[in-house]
Formats: sequence, structure tokens, C-alpha cells
Amino acid sequence: MSDKKPKNVFKEGAISSAFIGESIAKHQTKTSIGAHNIFLGQVRADVINGKTVSAIEYTAYEDMANKKFHEIRESAFEKFDMTCMHIYHSLGTVKAGEICLFVFVSSPRRKVVFDALEYIVEEIKAHVPVFGKEIFEDETHQWKVNS
Amino acid sequence: MNITIKYFGQIAEVTQKESEQLDFSEGSIAEVLDVLYCKYGTLKNKEFKIAQNQELVSENEKLTGAEIALLPPFSGG
Repeated sequence: MSDKKPKNVFKEGAISSAFIGESIAKHQTKTSIGAHNIFLGQVRADVINGKTVSAIEYTAYEDMANKKFHEIRESAFEKFDMTCMHIYHSLGTVKAGEICLFVFVSSPRRKVVFDALEYIVEEIKAHVPVFGKEIFEDETHQWKVNS
Repeated sequence: MNITIKYFGQIAEVTQKESEQLDFSEGSIAEVLDVLYCKYGTLKNKEFKIAQNQELVSENEKLTGAEIALLPPFSGG
């Protein structure tokens, strides 16, 4: 099921719950699947030095990022017996409480999807050149660092 | 050779631009950095990784590419 050509993982703005719902619905025809697992990254309204984060503005080195997403995808298919996997990441402004990362894995069996999802999300955090600018309510900003 | 240098995130704030083209003869990534440190005084205080043709490389790597990118800490997801 792995594509040969890197596809574009990025979506402009937040990932809507309708889009996530439709993605789930699309898998109802794939009846060899017995388990799905979903990770949703949500923008947190962190309070830093008394200022609250109201949104994150995402930019990326898109060509390299899509290449890295593709490599993660290939290695995940090698490691885990998955039926399919999908990754979507936001670019541009995503407000606190909205979804910025959607990872969706499916397999005939449940154990695989727990391990696969964790692997994929950690790989994304470590290796994909995406940059988040945390915008505070007073319109100042700082650059987010993954912990 | 003409090399495109791309800047992202807080690095682009230092350079005040997202990309530029610079001309280099043969050499290593370190020579590109020397030029950039000279051009952008505060760049040296910033943390970043370097990609050549979309693969991370060390400073000692030979300059081969048409595209160099300066990447601050990743913060996706």
C-alpha cells in the first residue's frame, strides 16, 4: 500500500473534525481492517511568563518535510503489518484548541496499531522540518521547541 | 557554483529573508557558514541544523548541492 512518490502531507490551517470523521468513514469499505488508531495533535494554550498562547503559526521546509514523511511512511510499513496509514499536518495559523496533526493507522489487529502510531508520531516530532511560532494574545511570539 | 540558501523560522528572522543565492567555488559547508556568520552577526548565537539538497549534513561535508537550508529546532505536531 505504500506509494512510491512522496505526497503532500500539509493542509492549510486547522484540520477539521469533519475531515477526520470523513477519513474514518472512507475506511468502512476496507473490511480486512480490524483496528484503527488515531493521533490528534492539538494546539495547547500554554501560559509562558504570564502570557497565553492563542495560536501556533506553522511553516515548513516543505520539500524536505514531505520527503521525511515519505521515509517515515516507508519505514513504518516495513516495521508494522498495517493495512494503511495517513498523515496530515497543518501549515499556517492553528488556534489553541484546534487540531494541527492527524495520524491515522489501520491494521487487521489491534496490537500493531498501538505500536505503529507511537513510532510514527515520535519520528515526525524528531525528524520533520516543521517550525511552530507560538503567538501570544498580545501578538508577541516565541518559537516552539518540541520536548 | 550558484547555491540557493534557505532560511526558516527564527533563522529567517535573523536574516530578514527566506532565501538568497550566493556564489561559491568548491569547498565545504563550513565555508558557507563563515560567509553567513560574517553577513548576519547574530546567527552564531542561534541553534540550527544544516541540510544540503534536503538531507541533514555536518559542517565538514563537501559542498555539492544546489540547495542549502538552515533549520532551527523542529517543532511539528
